[in-house]
Amino acid sequence: MLEQLSQRLPKLPSFATLRAMQPLSRREMRNGLLFLSPWLFGFLAFTLIPMVATLIFSFLNLSITDGIFSTPKFVGFENYRQLWIDPQAGINPLKWFASKTPSSLLITIKFALIALPVGIFFPLGLALLMNNKYLKGQFIFRSLFYMPYIVPFVASVFLWGGMLNTETGWINRFLLYIGVAKESLPQWANDVNWVYPTYVIMGIWGVGNAMLIMLAGLQGVPTELYDAAKVDGANSWKTFWNITFPMISPVIFYNLTLNIIGLFQYFLVPLVVNNGTGRPGGATMFYNLYLYKTFFTYQNMSYGSTLAWFLFLVILLITILLFWSAKYWVYYAGEARS
Amino acid sequence: MNKKIITGINTVFVTLLVLSILVVFLSPFAFMIFTSLKTREQISVVGAPIWPAAQPKFEYTGQQLDVFTVPVNQCAGFDPASSETRNLAITKKGRQESTFIDPNDLERGEFVCQVSWRALDRPWVFSPTWSNYVEVWNTIDYFRLLSNTTFYAVITMIGTVVSCILVAYGFARFRFPGRDLLFVVLISTLFLPGAVTIIPTYSFWQRLGLVGTWIPLVLPHFFANAYNVFLFRQYFMTLPRELDESAMIDGAGPLRILWSILIPQSYPVIIAVVVFHIVFAWNDYFGPLIYLSTARDKWPISVALSTFNGIYGQQPQLIQAGALMALILPIILFFVAQRFFVQGIVITGVEK
Repeated sequence: MLEQLSQRLPKLPSFATLRAMQPLSRREMRNGLLFLSPWLFGFLAFTLIPMVATLIFSFLNLSITDGIFSTPKFVGFENYRQLWIDPQAGINPLKWFASKTPSSLLITIKFALIALPVGIFFPLGLALLMNNKYLKGQFIFRSLFYMPYIVPFVASVFLWGGMLNTETGWINRFLLYIGVAKESLPQWANDVNWVYPTYVIMGIWGVGNAMLIMLAGLQGVPTELYDAAKVDGANSWKTFWNITFPMISPVIFYNLTLNIIGLFQYFLVPLVVNNGTGRPGGATMFYNLYLYKTFFTYQNMSYGSTLAWFLFLVILLITILLFWSAKYWVYYAGEARS
Repeated sequence: MNKKIITGINTVFVTLLVLSILVVFLSPFAFMIFTSLKTREQISVVGAPIWPAAQPKFEYTGQQLDVFTVPVNQCAGFDPASSETRNLAITKKGRQESTFIDPNDLERGEFVCQVSWRALDRPWVFSPTWSNYVEVWNTIDYFRLLSNTTFYAVITMIGTVVSCILVAYGFARFRFPGRDLLFVVLISTLFLPGAVTIIPTYSFWQRLGLVGTWIPLVLPHFFANAYNVFLFRQYFMTLPRELDESAMIDGAGPLRILWSILIPQSYPVIIAVVVFHIVFAWNDYFGPLIYLSTARDKWPISVALSTFNGIYGQQPQLIQAGALMALILPIILFFVAQRFFVQGIVITGVEK
């Protein structure tokens, strides 16, 4: 799905092209646009206009409680100045380790660094196992590993919350059983040092999608390539690195990109598990959670919009970097490699 | 000769490895089922079994007696050298000696054992507490939650399927300048963080007084989304154009071609989108949370479930029963339609 975006952007048609169109192609264009119109309207109404509005709001002084006819005040870059010095947002890396209030941006980045490897390697490992020629019952396993992905988010948080309960949860009971001392049992969601691993474990049920996509990628690797490698006497690591990995690099890229973008917007789990309070010790005040609270709890539209545009710019920057890096490591079969 | 044996060993090893990962991976389901069938008492007892169980009572001359596990060599009338233990009902509790009767041997009558009843263990027998489900069903008005969630899922499913088919048809079958650029714009909306549109959108619905109604949740689904348009477009592009063209020569318009030529060939992908969407809507939490949190009577199951932590914080058995009631329908749907699921996911992830 992303290959479209990694190629050169299609050109905007010039007026000359449009004017030179034959009546038949004109009719085709009219019909095509007519079919596209639901999306075109939806894109304008629910994406483009709100985006521009968010940008405008970030230069105003607005509250959701303002009356419909009140005139908002233009404040220039005041909201952005506040964003720069706000220790809770914490977008200034120089202050990350000096401030008493933990930076929500740093929290988001730290968590992403823990969760991302799990989100890539665990499904990749599962897909490699599913694709193993010795495995019996591949179809049943595939479905069962995918199944938890269907479980409603709140229900899965409750299930894992129960499993990770410090007193009655199975994980601590198991740790106790294998001889871990009662005092040194992890306090999971209540402990600053364990809360991120807790969230990672709670998120592990979401790997089914990535696993299926990677498995399909693995199954799409032509067997001739493996035969050729065997003839050349490549060992299994070399085969993986020189054949399997390049051939599945597009699906890894797809998962990596969607994973990173999702992690920068991470907030529903802390909202439900720790009630969006940032407990324990402010460690779960993720950037997007702070944004959510700024708007929905403190009803500050302008500052919320400023936070939102900053998040958008960060995600845009990361996406651009990822797509730029893709040139060096993502291999699209069928595309001429120069 | 050994090739067969080695293959056999490898098969057993790999399959067992995957099976054991699977058991750990799915163990929360067992936790949920076990916990949801326990009593409040069992959960609070240290050392109680992990499966649903109760400590039995024995009715004797109109009284409910507690049952204990007693080593019989301490009891009058038994062999002092015996190492047998029996589950006996206690009639008189004492610190030095207690009086018991044997539920399986009533003829023996009451007898005294030289044991402190406090030092004895009570046996556990398997005993599921189904009433947890009844309690949750009644307190959260489960039937209404189900009908709210179903309503939301079905209405938005219709909107999504119809609008995405129309838009995908436009992308797949019409050639015009600018089309490919629009398609790139469509795909790039996948990366757009929801935060950058939510504030004006929410404020807009609020100013119109529509927060607390279904409209802000339902309406946007009638204007297509990137993911499902991509799925339909990929599928339409695999269908041969010759049929379209011959219908066109026969004078069929574009809508007619879509309706009588493309759609009848597209059942697999339509079913995939229908199932994806129903699961999405069933699980959708954030949308209903912000738009319906004040309208309790319209809550879908996800929002109602999230309030459980507050209501039942100290009653894990009810929380797990509620979680099971929320996830059972999507899971059934998944098993019925899993073939279409897998196909749909593979198209979005692997195709260009």
